[in-house]
Amino acid sequence: MSTATTPTSGHVMDRVLFGDNQFFGVNHMSEEKARAQSMRFQDLGAIIDVLDAAYDEGIRTFMCTSHDRVALICDHFRANPQKYADYRFYPCMPYAHKYANAVTEHGMIEALRMFLPQEGAMSAMLKGGVALASKDIEAIMQLLIDAEMKMFHDLSTPVVFMQNVITDLLLGLRMNDCFRIFHDHVRARYGAEPGYITMNVPRLLDVLDQLGIDNPIVCANVNKIGFRMCGGMAAYEDAIANRRFRPVAMSVLASGAIAPREALEYVCGQPKIESVVFGASGRANIRQTKALIDELSIGRVP
Amino acid sequence: MIRTAMVGLGKMGLSHLSIVRAHPEIDLVAGCDATTYLTDILSRHAGLKCYADLDRMLETEQLDALVVATPSKLHAPMVKKALDRGLHVFCEKPFVLDVAAGQELVDLAAAKSLVTQVGYHYRFVGAFKEAARLVKSGALGTIHHVRAEAYGPVVLRRKGGTWRSAKNEGGGALYDYACHAIDLVNFIVGTPTSVGGVVRNSVFSRDVDDEVYSTMHFEGGASGQLCVNWSDESFRKMSTKISVWGTNGRLTADRQECQLFLRETHPALPGTGEGWTVHYTTDLSDEVWFYLRGEEYSAQIDYFARSVKARRLDGENTFASALEADRVVAMLLGEVAMPAVAEPTRKGFWSRIGGG
Repeated sequence: MSTATTPTSGHVMDRVLFGDNQFFGVNHMSEEKARAQSMRFQDLGAIIDVLDAAYDEGIRTFMCTSHDRVALICDHFRANPQKYADYRFYPCMPYAHKYANAVTEHGMIEALRMFLPQEGAMSAMLKGGVALASKDIEAIMQLLIDAEMKMFHDLSTPVVFMQNVITDLLLGLRMNDCFRIFHDHVRARYGAEPGYITMNVPRLLDVLDQLGIDNPIVCANVNKIGFRMCGGMAAYEDAIANRRFRPVAMSVLASGAIAPREALEYVCGQPKIESVVFGASGRANIRQTKALIDELSIGRVP
Repeated sequence: MIRTAMVGLGKMGLSHLSIVRAHPEIDLVAGCDATTYLTDILSRHAGLKCYADLDRMLETEQLDALVVATPSKLHAPMVKKALDRGLHVFCEKPFVLDVAAGQELVDLAAAKSLVTQVGYHYRFVGAFKEAARLVKSGALGTIHHVRAEAYGPVVLRRKGGTWRSAKNEGGGALYDYACHAIDLVNFIVGTPTSVGGVVRNSVFSRDVDDEVYSTMHFEGGASGQLCVNWSDESFRKMSTKISVWGTNGRLTADRQECQLFLRETHPALPGTGEGWTVHYTTDLSDEVWFYLRGEEYSAQIDYFARSVKARRLDGENTFASALEADRVVAMLLGEVAMPAVAEPTRKGFWSRIGGG
């Protein structure tokens, strides 16, 4: 890997990132388990305890959606700057259900208005029912990104991700401009490296290549059973080995469908993967997973 | 390539559009929606040829198929126009909510040998497919009860005004949520012959029902319950579950898993032991070529494309199949005369303990 040259493109990601699905009732195997987790984590203190446990194991990066409750987590980190001096957030935006539910309830334009600054000209324009002209999509996207980033103010956010539901929606629609708008705004406004979460790695890489977005951070499922690796495991393995991008592996345990060691051997056996993101609720699980990744990454040249 | 157009580019429409455009066998030649801010964006930023008027699009474009994702009340006339022109049709659910009009469309498509499909995507969810397979195997014995539930956070306060909350647009929890649960019942255990004890209540909405409950009766004496509530914020998103009880066990399936309990092993399920067997979405999901929001949305579009290519007229979720869900809705609305509830052929709990 080339060495870092500029502050915007050279952020070195930690090997292990901590995810947030477990905090917000997302579980790919069981709705009951998801519900039990959302009960446990409705208390902010319970979330902080788990983040602290991860911190004690050396995990310094929290990769999280812009869920409303993440704002409270951010407050806690801002209030304790000494304790978390070296801590980083990787925001993933947006938490799509808040948009989807608003669109269902209020309609598309009204929902858009709700998420834009109330006092802005854009909001006034939408209120007036003015058609969105071509130049406006860039301004609207920038405002939406800014709205999502608000909760992270004064925290370190060296990488900002577009959530997979948006990445893949835009990818299918072929609204490729949007990837470029996101990329440019995240770099210019936040001095951060843009990242893209996707379930369709080969297809996304083709589009980012066309756009001239060089060496992008792309986060996707990488697991030994091929769960949600669209295009197929072989195509993923080939892309990871041979294409120029910075892979972040998620869903590595496939919600528990694979035994941890076997799962992580598969992921860590692909040397181009820069980081592994996982979520867990208990200290023992966090310790075991972190230790396994560290063990299996020995000798790896970052 | 299947030359395809789409009408209706709202929330569900955009999701379909994304998947359809990503399909290697489909050439999505145009989209149609009366909302100009949407078509402006799609034509400028997605390079999609857009129309504001369906008739003009159908006149201008040489098409093989049409995807209809407009509000429900517009389905019937749009589908008819497409069929009249000899197009295969994929229509978003619910189908047309008028049994007579629906039957005409079923007959028209059959007369012209056109492929039809309705977007009841739960039939493409691995766990529900597994539930249907298990029930059809006969391993549960004689089915005597089914419960279909759908809950979620759609209408949570006394305001809001999209077409989903307007009665004359085909809105309401009955059409939006209950239809899915009803179709799953039809898929897994068969269509009820009658309903009773129907409750349709508004919780927050002015014009439409937010919750629907009903007893269902089936041929052979089995019973069922339908429980639907789209004003439940304790769910992060729509959650649908079906449970089936038989003389040799039960099963419960939702989007994530299929739990089976067998009292005794059954020759139809070799290798499945007595007691609990649980299969998860991670091993029940078939890989799709493109993923957005769930395998099932891609799988149903791929299925439609394959049906068109193979001229498969008796596949999953045909108009005739979806019309069965519309029939149950009509029963719930009291719009069709219900057959007198037959005396249960099997002896129920009370007669058994009473020795009657």
